[in-house]
Amino acid sequence: MSAPAVERPAPPRAEEKRPTRGRRSERSRAEARLGWMLAGPAFVLMLLVTMYPILQAFFDSLFSLRLTAPDEREFIWFRNYAVVLGDPAFWQSMGVTLFITVVTVILELILGFLLALVMHRAVKKLRGFARTAILVPYGIVTVVAAFAWFYAFDINSGYINSWLAWVPGFDEDFNWFAYQGSSLFVIILSEVWKTTPFISLLLLSGLAQVPGDLEEAAKVDGATGWEVMRRVILPNMKAAIMVAVLFRTLEAFRIFDNIYIMTAGANDTEALSLLAYNTSIGRLEIGLGSAISVLLFLSVLIIAGIFIKGFRVDLAGGRNS
Amino acid sequence: MRAMTWPQRIGWIVITVAVLVWSLFPVFSILMTSFKTPGGLFSGTLLPEEWTWENYGEILAPGGGAQELFLTSLRNSIGISLIATAIAVVLATLCAYAIARLDFPGKRMILVTALAVSVFPVVSIVTPLFNLWRSIGLYDTWLGLIIPYLSLTLPISIWTLAAFFRQIPWELEQAAQVDGATPFEAFRKTVVPLAAPGVFTTAIIAFFIAWNDFVYGISLTSTDAARPVPAALSFFTGASQFEDPTGAISAAAIVVTIPIVIVVVIFQRRIVSGLTQGAVKG
Repeated sequence: MSAPAVERPAPPRAEEKRPTRGRRSERSRAEARLGWMLAGPAFVLMLLVTMYPILQAFFDSLFSLRLTAPDEREFIWFRNYAVVLGDPAFWQSMGVTLFITVVTVILELILGFLLALVMHRAVKKLRGFARTAILVPYGIVTVVAAFAWFYAFDINSGYINSWLAWVPGFDEDFNWFAYQGSSLFVIILSEVWKTTPFISLLLLSGLAQVPGDLEEAAKVDGATGWEVMRRVILPNMKAAIMVAVLFRTLEAFRIFDNIYIMTAGANDTEALSLLAYNTSIGRLEIGLGSAISVLLFLSVLIIAGIFIKGFRVDLAGGRNS
Repeated sequence: MRAMTWPQRIGWIVITVAVLVWSLFPVFSILMTSFKTPGGLFSGTLLPEEWTWENYGEILAPGGGAQELFLTSLRNSIGISLIATAIAVVLATLCAYAIARLDFPGKRMILVTALAVSVFPVVSIVTPLFNLWRSIGLYDTWLGLIIPYLSLTLPISIWTLAAFFRQIPWELEQAAQVDGATPFEAFRKTVVPLAAPGVFTTAIIAFFIAWNDFVYGISLTSTDAARPVPAALSFFTGASQFEDPTGAISAAAIVVTIPIVIVVVIFQRRIVSGLTQGAVKG
């Protein structure tokens, strides 16, 4: 596996040997070669499995192509994009996707922070318990989580309705999945449940970086708990919070599994990923579906761009460097 | 740690119980559903009125209505996820080793690429693959899923392993050689024991991600030749093989969840350190 280490018995540490500008020694060239030999396969493979398909999708999106009538393939420039962007259904999808993204990320940030605090502060005996419990949703298949919540709320097999029967004005025959708002409620609930562990782990590592003596000093100076939180802890975790928010935003934006299981996009719950899927793989309209796929990809790029430029999130720096 | 007062102690117990309930409730809920009889499904209660193993028979026992569908998909899921994880971990180990230990141009670019790939919308990739796979015969095959799964498993493996490898005190290897060990011995006795837990943890995380896939699973398969469990679960619905799929789906969900819960319980400390180190400078 890491056999090259054997051939290079005494590699100087990376920091010690930045090659001088312009001229590079034989040795650093050999190191660069070895570096790319080791890292190259993974790098090339990553590009192949993502860049190639997205370029292909862009190419396909310029054609009018239905797999139901493959012979009528015709080059139509950007007309697919015009059709998609002129379709209210696309904007409705975009709206739903943005709504789900914003609501889940806000809820997860609050809940994830509380869970991170619990993991951070809990006494040893309870910490293991808390950590295990918090990790369970992370490991569970999204589809399984979606079914669990779906069956709990479903009008036939559910029991939530009978639990809520005491609420004045609540109809026990309420069908959660017959309306947009209530469907989105359950969809968001399951998404929050499944993905909060991830955000809380990111925040936990941020919490661990807050200097403990700073916290103590603030307390000695008479700061209240809330003041310590607002003035010391949160500012010191800003990088971790922004990275967590960016990651979850991009992930929530491509939400698919739980919506597919719960409503399959009925009652205006069709998020962009579902719209793309239903168009290309459901109805075999490859041209239109590819256009939506490309637009989805561009949206993700734009969101990432806004975060990185606008909020100055240094991803690589914040994560590791 | 200073001694806690009673109210504090009770406070912590209440908080821990709340966390446990929130995290485990849906699992408990579907577990209870899996024990309900077909008639008891509509009782409107969390706990089954009448307990039964019938649903597990449906998916596991010979002759069960959904047995073939479930067991084949289980085999597909395990096989495909394991292969995709193994390939990703081997390649990522080499890559992360180079990143942690060598200085070469483009190092940062590789990490940024991995990051970009990990946030890539899966649905954007799936349409062209669907089309391509059908024309070159990879549609509905194991390989047809393993390849796209690498886009899920490789980036996280590279990040997590690079973070792990950066923390290994590589000087130990030299020290051992100075003390008279052969290069291979030095590597095996100093580096391998320190690197192995990181590689193992990375494999768990990568496997979880491959195991979780749904979009590729439903889009790139059409029969049980390659259909993984999450996709198969969604096909239980509406299948005419048996009347109401709720009980069978719940039982199947529990069967695929139990191993995950066990792994989480055993390795929680490692998984947490793997995820957090890969995420923010550890």
